[in-house]
Amino acid sequence: MAVRNSNTVTVTLPSDYEIVVTRMFDAPRELVFEASLRPEHVRRWWGPRHLTMTVCEADVRVGGAYRYVLRGPEGREAGFNGVYHEITPPERIVCTQIFEPMPEHVAVVTVIFEDNDGRTKLTSTTRHASKQARDGHLQSGMEAGMRDTFDRLEELLESLAKM
Amino acid sequence: MQTDALSATFAALADPTRRAILARLASGDAAVKDLAGPFRISAPAITKHLKVLERAGLISRSRDAQLRPCRLEPSPLKDVSEWVERYRLIWEDRFSQLDDYLEEMKRKEKKRGRKKQ
Repeated sequence: MAVRNSNTVTVTLPSDYEIVVTRMFDAPRELVFEASLRPEHVRRWWGPRHLTMTVCEADVRVGGAYRYVLRGPEGREAGFNGVYHEITPPERIVCTQIFEPMPEHVAVVTVIFEDNDGRTKLTSTTRHASKQARDGHLQSGMEAGMRDTFDRLEELLESLAKM
Repeated sequence: MQTDALSATFAALADPTRRAILARLASGDAAVKDLAGPFRISAPAITKHLKVLERAGLISRSRDAQLRPCRLEPSPLKDVSEWVERYRLIWEDRFSQLDDYLEEMKRKEKKRGRKKQ
């Protein structure tokens, strides 16, 4: 059995418009970059476990478009699409992202890959055009089929108290 | 909960002093002068922060007592933390699959490396 590493995801909201996700990976930057960009790799991991990735297409070049579609347990589908604005291996990817149920909201996603002694720190910043769109994006997590209930208030307050 | 109310919560939480005030109130109600103590800012500035927190529904202040102690109101905070936590868990899930896939990629690269020799 594979040993689970202790790299955890951090989500922060540094401004009213942004969501920042960071995570460390035990792999070289070139690999993490390729795995995050090429559709043949992305389809192997991008769908959360309880969702099926039914479409994963990408024309990987500046100006090229991509489209990802996830299907939930009840057969409901949610698509994402966008266009690449910058592809700088193995450092940086900038693309637009439209969550298809909310086509009027275009977000800009910047993914940065930093080498950390052979490991890689990934930082993904999603910048929305309005606070409302950002909050809607956060909220979409609630509809993604995750039915468990969480009561993390105490935990949050504990971490606040440590600041 | 409406988006407007949530926006107020997010805005209220965006400030480190206000987060520290909430953390202090998590351990019990406090009067304004007790809250001003640990922060090197004036009482009027603290009052300003408290107004923002009150508008966001994150705290309530007693109308009767002379010192008007502040109390933490956990429900809006719970909504935000729940959203962020659920969103985080989606990425936790995705990235743990990416970990497995990266291991697979590393093994393939090693194999290819050996063949070249």
